[in-house]
Amino acid sequence: MNAVEIRDLVKQYEADAPRAVDGIDLDIADGELFGLLGPNGAGKTTTVGVATTRVRATRGTVRVAGADATHDPVGVKRVIGVVTQFNTLDRACTVRENLIYHCRYFGIGAASARARADELLTTFVLADRRDANVSELSGGMVQRLQIARAIAHRPHVLFLDEPTAGLDPQSRLALWSVLSDLRTREGITILLTTHHMEEADAMCDRLAIMDAGKILVSGTPDELKRSVGVDTIVELSVDTMNEDLRTALAALPGVSSVEITDHGARVFASSTDGLMARVVETATGNGLRDVSLTAPTLETVFITLTGRGLRE
Amino acid sequence: MNDAFPLPVRAFWGLVVRDSRVLAREAVSFALRTLMNPLLFVFVFTYVLPKVGGGGFATGAATGPRFATVLLPGLIAVSIFFQGIAAVALPLSTELGATREIEDRLMAPIAIWVVALEKICFSAVQSIIAACAVFPLVYWIPAQPPVITFNWPLLVLVVVLASLTAGSMGLVLGTIVPPRQIGLIFSIVVLPVTFLGCVYYPWAALSAVRWLQIGVLINPLVYVSEGLRASLTPGVSHMQVPIVLGAIVVVLVALTWLGIRTFTRRVIT
Repeated sequence: MNAVEIRDLVKQYEADAPRAVDGIDLDIADGELFGLLGPNGAGKTTTVGVATTRVRATRGTVRVAGADATHDPVGVKRVIGVVTQFNTLDRACTVRENLIYHCRYFGIGAASARARADELLTTFVLADRRDANVSELSGGMVQRLQIARAIAHRPHVLFLDEPTAGLDPQSRLALWSVLSDLRTREGITILLTTHHMEEADAMCDRLAIMDAGKILVSGTPDELKRSVGVDTIVELSVDTMNEDLRTALAALPGVSSVEITDHGARVFASSTDGLMARVVETATGNGLRDVSLTAPTLETVFITLTGRGLRE
Repeated sequence: MNDAFPLPVRAFWGLVVRDSRVLAREAVSFALRTLMNPLLFVFVFTYVLPKVGGGGFATGAATGPRFATVLLPGLIAVSIFFQGIAAVALPLSTELGATREIEDRLMAPIAIWVVALEKICFSAVQSIIAACAVFPLVYWIPAQPPVITFNWPLLVLVVVLASLTAGSMGLVLGTIVPPRQIGLIFSIVVLPVTFLGCVYYPWAALSAVRWLQIGVLINPLVYVSEGLRASLTPGVSHMQVPIVLGAIVVVLVALTWLGIRTFTRRVIT
């Protein structure tokens, strides 16, 4: 059984508004770490909102561990853990109490709830701050505590909406290592949304790229990178970028497309044979300053699919 | 609570345990917000004014019985009602808006309306504690103590129904008033409801201002004050008990239905 099954999901918030989610299908297997990528407004949070029972689907179904999010929200809530984009920790309670009461909401008895809270405080390196008020925590600690709380009742599927947004690089790395441990230890299925392509590439088993409410493509990071038919990308920095140069670059053998950037151009090519030399030769007259070769990234995939860069 | 109880009951109990812990931590502010208003009111109107010669007003000549006797049920009614605002509306407005800290409770494995219902019930517990705490103040402080005849069954019924009604009113206000405007609740709800809630005068005495006597009937606090008069100070004229109970139940059902509806709309889009 898939951990998450989404079928023909549509969400339209207002009758005259565009569809926030526009007919998507998605399967997430048990134990997978699945990334939902896309710019702001792509429909990622709405999709997670429906799966976590907080957004009503206009059409279609979402099943989480077999339970239908629309018809059996309580059944879904029983088996999921959720970390939203916001700090939703209970300000009236201490760090430890946030964990204890979460367990109590899931019907866990007082003694077991305390034991589970202490175990999580140690695992998530929060034991020193157990009696602190949550408003005294740093951004990284807040995020660790939110994840600890979300998994306290041992959910089947964990939903993380932009878990690394607003974190400094150290906290971000620490968070990824926490998630990695979590999968090894608890075998939990994770669905996360992000617009950090590099992170998704490094961490996710599979991912889907969303834009304007639709899933553009899904698969493993390598599959996605292969799917665009681009083997290499030449980043070009020139003094004068103009249409003539763009046309000349696009006409070179092996080049599939050329995109104008702030400093020059980005050349997408399917073959590397003699490419560099030809690009340098073509651009010399325009005051060539720098040229570099890179392998395709998920961002390449995204740009190729949508024809534009990420909107942060 | 052990595993013998079904999950929804244990989850509901978890919410109650959390709220109890927070209330215990805020015991001092709970005591201050509960006791300050009746303490000052009783002190000034039934102790200071009679001593300094407040005349007919302070001795209650205008309404017949002693003012303390009129005031006792009224001030208990206000305390019950005020808890609904302080215990539900104010925190809920913040929890739903700025901090979203109710999120974790919404994700508990129970229906959303149960979370709303717990808010009403826990607020009612605070209202009942407030009613008990205010009683000695309004009984012992006045220079001339009020004349009381307990009708215990009616008293318990009125206090419990009124406390639930206050919680449901708090739920409605907390879900429809944005956090930025929550301060307005005091000027546009608390003050008119209190001053026009037959707190300081029995409803019958309003016959002198007939249009107002009819107008205040939309104020639920009127029925609570009158119900407490019927159960504590039957010597003071009061509305008939069936009318009082009927009105409180109608308001309770209506506000609970509305509150759960507005709450659900705020948390599910």
